[in-house]
Amino acid sequence: MTNNIVEIDNLSFGYKGRLLHKGINMVFPRGKVVAIMGGSGSGKTTLLRLIGGQIKPSKGEVRVHGDVVHKQDRDGIFKLRRKMGMLFQQGALFTDLSVYENVAFPMRELTDLPDSMIHDLVLMKLNAVGLRGAHTLMPAELSGGMARRVALARAIALDPAIMMYDEPFAGLDPISMGVICSLIRSLNDALGATSIIVSHDVKETFLIADYVYFVANGVVTAEGTPDDLMKSTLPFVHQFVHGDKDGPVPFHYPAGNYQAELMKQK
Amino acid sequence: MTKSNPLVSIIKTLQGIGHRMVERIWRLGAGARLFFLTIVYSGESFKRFHLTMREIYSTGVMSLLIIIVSAFFVGMVLALQGYNTLQKYGSSEAIGVLVSLSLVRELGPVVTALLFAGRAGTAITAEIGLMKTTEQLSAMEMMAVNPIARVVAPRFWAGVISMPILATLFSMVGILGGYIVAVPLIGVDEGAFWSQMQASVDFQSDIVNGIIKSLVFGVACTMIALFEGFDAPPTAEGVSRATTRTVVISSLTVLGLDFVLTSFMLVI
Amino acid sequence: MDRTKIDLWVGIFVALGVAALLGLAMKVGNLTSGKIGETYSVTAAFENVGSLKPHAPVKSAGVAVGRVDSIAFNSKTYEAIVTIKIDKRYNFPKDTFANIYTAGLLGEQYVGLEAGGDEDVLKNGDKIAKTQDAVVLEKMISQFLFSKASETDKDAKSSTSTSASEVKPAGAKSTELGDAPF
Repeated sequence: MTNNIVEIDNLSFGYKGRLLHKGINMVFPRGKVVAIMGGSGSGKTTLLRLIGGQIKPSKGEVRVHGDVVHKQDRDGIFKLRRKMGMLFQQGALFTDLSVYENVAFPMRELTDLPDSMIHDLVLMKLNAVGLRGAHTLMPAELSGGMARRVALARAIALDPAIMMYDEPFAGLDPISMGVICSLIRSLNDALGATSIIVSHDVKETFLIADYVYFVANGVVTAEGTPDDLMKSTLPFVHQFVHGDKDGPVPFHYPAGNYQAELMKQK
Repeated sequence: MTKSNPLVSIIKTLQGIGHRMVERIWRLGAGARLFFLTIVYSGESFKRFHLTMREIYSTGVMSLLIIIVSAFFVGMVLALQGYNTLQKYGSSEAIGVLVSLSLVRELGPVVTALLFAGRAGTAITAEIGLMKTTEQLSAMEMMAVNPIARVVAPRFWAGVISMPILATLFSMVGILGGYIVAVPLIGVDEGAFWSQMQASVDFQSDIVNGIIKSLVFGVACTMIALFEGFDAPPTAEGVSRATTRTVVISSLTVLGLDFVLTSFMLVI
Repeated sequence: MDRTKIDLWVGIFVALGVAALLGLAMKVGNLTSGKIGETYSVTAAFENVGSLKPHAPVKSAGVAVGRVDSIAFNSKTYEAIVTIKIDKRYNFPKDTFANIYTAGLLGEQYVGLEAGGDEDVLKNGDKIAKTQDAVVLEKMISQFLFSKASETDKDAKSSTSTSASEVKPAGAKSTELGDAPF
């Protein structure tokens, strides 16, 4: 019996003849925080969409709890998404609903819980992220960090078994970043869930991840624990982890001969 | 060398036109598909009617001001212009007929639809486009909530319900505006104004046809606004362009449909 | 935006719409004097119906009493058969005249019923025996020109009576012209 909650098996995916993923293999064990890292445009967010069943792979499959995602019918996808919680990059709070209404949304839409119970649950979730006092505010009145935390409370509303984070640290101030960082870890452990983080923030991610996959050019170029990767001598990993200006990802965009182009100007 | 250049540019132009034509037809198909899905997933709009009520407020009630004010002015101008021409033939008492028939048959449904497209249509497109851009629709999907059932369908039914109400209001307020100019201001006989009108306006062929027109326009304008928002590229520029497209396409569609409907109605 | 406020405003909105619709129906349209009622059908044969159309009004003494239902062609008698629906409230004697008149100088044509003196009344499916055709403009004009021409002839040949026979028909026709009902 496998302990992997999510498995990505030889996945290929592409748009209009261009393959974004060319044979990806990943496993996400129960109770662990696993990070997917890579440069911009390497298809990290797309992997989350593939796991959530929003798009179908061209080849290979994604399995959640043993079920192949893209073979599910409407009911199957529904049950699948009930087990997942996703934190979107900009929070994606519903702008016409208050903080309370936002967190209550999944409970109201997907369960038949009475209002009194929803009330208690919402306040509990908001308390877990430290924003119980803000439950009457509208999303427009929240700062970026606060909005992100409310979105997190909404994502854990139904105690999901799988939590997915799309660039959770992007654009946050150091304090908010620290808050989110510790929340991801503590919530994962409290819920007994499996967390998948897509990020390119090396410092924060390495603090909380148990395992990291590096994606570049459509394949997994490297994988391991954060310690392993810090010590890695693979050129791509080294450049990424230490933020080197030049390396396998070049500084210069492909161009012609410098001197020749300058001469042409005259 | 120079011979191939004009030929190449002609071929490129033709390719461009062909590509644009195909794209338009594709869009039409995508729009039809969204329309079909909206109808299929409409159950929730009625089971949880407060969702639809909210949208009736946004599209219908918020448009009341512009509809009523415009109707008033249109009615008044109709009376003025109408009187100006009619009195040359000594038929100034027919002004009630002129104002009421113009409004009930044509101006009521059509002008209301154009104003609706401008005010409510753009609001719908911008709202949905923004929801798409900030990934709210994706978030809903990931929470196993159908965005078409939750966001698109209530707005569709709200538009279809609001439009005939607004058009009827437009006609009535316009006639009142025409009355105010014709009777107290110009001095046309009050009795003649109303009695000639009653003799010429047929409930079935004029008023009911006007309502049928406004229903059709409601479906068209709301669907166009919803589709443009749903399909907009998820960027700020994409959304703003989509709102412009809503107004342009809605207006052209309304005027075209008006011609088709009027020809049907005059024959039958 | 709480629900009670929305409910209130939507209610007002719909109420305004209904009020406008009622206003239009009552004040503007002719719903109150509608022809919603039971009717019975009778037919009438005409040699020429002019530009009479279905749904044209049927009037008696200037008051609308029914509508033209359909107009058919009888290929045996080469006549037009007009079926009209009359409101059940009104009974017409069996010797009623059915004429085709024109409303206004160049207006729509309608069927006018002139009651006769018979005691029996028309029932559903009966045929009106006495009819008068529509006035066709071209015929009128040619009659007028013809009568004008023969009048000048008459003046020129006032001494002789050889053209008397030619004059009479023209003269008779011109009196008819004077009786033309418009």
